[in-house]
Amino acid sequence: MGVSAQDRELIEFVYAEARLIDEKRLEEWYELFADDACYWVPLTRGQQNGRTENSLFFDDKLLLKLRIARLKNPHAYSQAQPSWCQHILQAPAIEDRGSITGVAVLRTAFLYVESQRDHQELYAGVVWHHLKRIGERLMIGLKKVELLNCDAALPSLQLFP
Amino acid sequence: MTQYRDNPGSIEALVRGGQVHRDVYIDQDLFDLEMERLWHSAWIYVGHESQVPLAGDYYTAEIARRPLLMTRAQDGAVRVFYNRCAHRGAKLVSATSGNCGGILRCPYHGWTYRLDGTLRTMPLKEGYANTGFAESPAALGLSAVPAVALHRGFVFVRLNREGPDLAAYFGESLSSIDNMADRSPVGRLEVVGGTLRYMHHCNWKMFIENLNDTMHPMVAHESSAGTARDLWKDQPPDAPKPMVIEQFVPFVSNYDFFDKMGVKIYENGHSYTGVNFSIHSKYSSVPEYEAQMTAAYGAERAHAILAEVRHNTVYYPSLTVKGAIQTIRVVRPIAVDRTLIESFTLRLVGAPESLLERTVMYNRLINAPTSVVGHDDMHCYQAIQEGLASEGNEWVNLHRNYSSQDEARAIAGTHNGTSEVSVRGQFRAWLAAMTADAAVR
Repeated sequence: MGVSAQDRELIEFVYAEARLIDEKRLEEWYELFADDACYWVPLTRGQQNGRTENSLFFDDKLLLKLRIARLKNPHAYSQAQPSWCQHILQAPAIEDRGSITGVAVLRTAFLYVESQRDHQELYAGVVWHHLKRIGERLMIGLKKVELLNCDAALPSLQLFP
Repeated sequence: MTQYRDNPGSIEALVRGGQVHRDVYIDQDLFDLEMERLWHSAWIYVGHESQVPLAGDYYTAEIARRPLLMTRAQDGAVRVFYNRCAHRGAKLVSATSGNCGGILRCPYHGWTYRLDGTLRTMPLKEGYANTGFAESPAALGLSAVPAVALHRGFVFVRLNREGPDLAAYFGESLSSIDNMADRSPVGRLEVVGGTLRYMHHCNWKMFIENLNDTMHPMVAHESSAGTARDLWKDQPPDAPKPMVIEQFVPFVSNYDFFDKMGVKIYENGHSYTGVNFSIHSKYSSVPEYEAQMTAAYGAERAHAILAEVRHNTVYYPSLTVKGAIQTIRVVRPIAVDRTLIESFTLRLVGAPESLLERTVMYNRLINAPTSVVGHDDMHCYQAIQEGLASEGNEWVNLHRNYSSQDEARAIAGTHNGTSEVSVRGQFRAWLAAMTADAAVR
């Protein structure tokens, strides 16, 4: 049984999104986010509310834009030696096609490697994509990354798991 | 054998005038001595009593390489013990926090303790009859740390038996904790929202010295706060600022701003920046909250509390407090070149949720391992740690606004905000602790 075109579009979106980060095509990545989107990496397991509980990321588009612009700033000293990253994604599972809500939900287990010269960190986790259609385009309403070691003492995490 | 352990003169030679020798940051023996001397004689922050609200609650921390266990006993008292079973020495509690019920039970041989630390029972107790056990330290149960004291819910310990009490050690600097707690309409704070844990690959002093360093933000944070400023520059002056902009942009205020901010120096290495105003001065007002404060304290007192907007207060060597935004950062040295910084969010009990949202955002933007401000700070600390391996110049320079007051050891009081006097004050306290007579230790 083949995968429907609609499902394939959702799944391909998740792969393409990670690839844009890994290739540092961050302005293009930014354009995937809806205006009211949120990029959320909770600090604790089962975290309910990013506004009243601490998170690693709980970015709106303005903050994402700032992070992306900073990475290109010659005074971003922590990136004098640039970091690079690689997402290794398991096949995304469609949890909800969004036929009622208008928001498709995908769950993808992943490994994320962030590397800077002689230092390389390995992260694992599950990413939840909430995707909605704005006009013709599929866009991110929420990208929520549940890191396995969210509560660990972490070194600088400089790119985007 | 070591150069420094039995040679106070060699330690004194490390701190001279406006300079310190690089060994204070990179020498393993000095790090060991710091843990034994400074970190045993100082009052060190353990946690906040709101982290153990109920009887049986516990919270663990490692301080000066000693495992500690903070508990709430049946009588409501907060106690701090060494986290070690009296029997064979296993750490009694492994989780960071939790509730043990009424008793603490060792996972190895099942010895149990009451919440006041006394030994309750052990299996086959009769095996200890007439063995001399009753006279052994084990019979006394858990070892309490020598001194525990609370101030407005902040729990501190002193690991040395002798020394000044908490009030004498911190003096008037406690006014920063008071101000933070007073900002709650009911005068209470509560730790909420999880702990941000950021591993720093640098000596602990680089972090704590940076907290009152006002000459770095406009340089180190140009890429982050400067970008925030640039993103907002085309907006009309009266456009309501998003919190991200409101919190980032003041970091790239100019030298004049930071100089006029002022720094206040206390004895024993404590200090705060933001005597006159700070980067937190211009946050949007929250009318509902201000009305609550006026109702709770009266207009004049409420105004005085909210007008105090200190930047960072350093409670040397283990705690830094940001009262105006209700976050604290806790310094846990791990090795000479490795330091864990744990940041906590404090909720103003009784205040509107929007203030907690502001605190949470600030903590995330500035103190998380994902912070674009933190990344550049961390980069600089690590650059120092690596740069100090250089030959040619063995001295770290702290001459900015060095003066006759330093010579006279009379630096307590207010100074211009960009002075390096806070670091010199820290090294004065450092030297006193590191060279104190062993009998005092």
